[in-house]
Amino acid sequence: MDYSLETTNGVMVIKLYGEMDHHSAKSAREEIDSAIALESPMILRLDLSSLSFCDSSGLGFIMGRYRRMEEIGGTLTLVDPAMPIMRILRLSGLDKLIRTETSKGVK
Amino acid sequence: MRKKPQNRFKCAFPAKSVNEGFARYITAAFVSQLDLRVSDVSDLKTAVSEAVTNAVVHGYRESGDPRDNMVFLSGDYFADGKIIITVKDKGCGIENVAQAMEPLYTTAAEEERSGMGFTIMETLTDEMRVVSKPGKGTTVRLIKKVKM
Repeated sequence: MDYSLETTNGVMVIKLYGEMDHHSAKSAREEIDSAIALESPMILRLDLSSLSFCDSSGLGFIMGRYRRMEEIGGTLTLVDPAMPIMRILRLSGLDKLIRTETSKGVK
Repeated sequence: MRKKPQNRFKCAFPAKSVNEGFARYITAAFVSQLDLRVSDVSDLKTAVSEAVTNAVVHGYRESGDPRDNMVFLSGDYFADGKIIITVKDKGCGIENVAQAMEPLYTTAAEEERSGMGFTIMETLTDEMRVVSKPGKGTTVRLIKKVKM
């Protein structure tokens, strides 16, 4: 899994590419948490539009970033998850906990 | 009389996290021989990913020499549309399988484990069987029935 990270005016946008599993979540977690600690964004937007796979390890990663943002008084929004990713989010109930936006509007 | 599968495969690989994706691809390649819906392939890939990750994270606790800690992945498919994928490890085993299968239960919360692995496996397959013995290892059998 690759990702891009950009922060503008307190909004950090992280776009994930490829597949998120236990292996890829491990390395991404430390790097992203370092960036969050350094930049202290108020809003973290996780762009999932290019994420083709996510299992429960990916859910753990998302939950971890949600907690991290809560700790610093910020918010997390998931953006444009593809259908298989949305399915996993619904299965876990995370779609009810974390704000999700699609190009068609807020879910 | 036990039915013979139309095709089958068996492989083994070290319980390294990098092989979680490898296991997904093997599974997808095997079932691509059948004319499955994209969602069925996705379900099987995800279920296998969960089972293999459990072997890596919990079965062998990501410790020891990876050359000794092997995950055994095998699959069969039958003429009636039954697909069976089995993930086996010879790791530490599970003390209480019923407890391990409870949603959100995890023994590795500090590692951001969501505890949803078994729930996802159960939901995405038609049948899931877990056999485990402490000190002996765990076998997860994932069954999906598709229209042929």
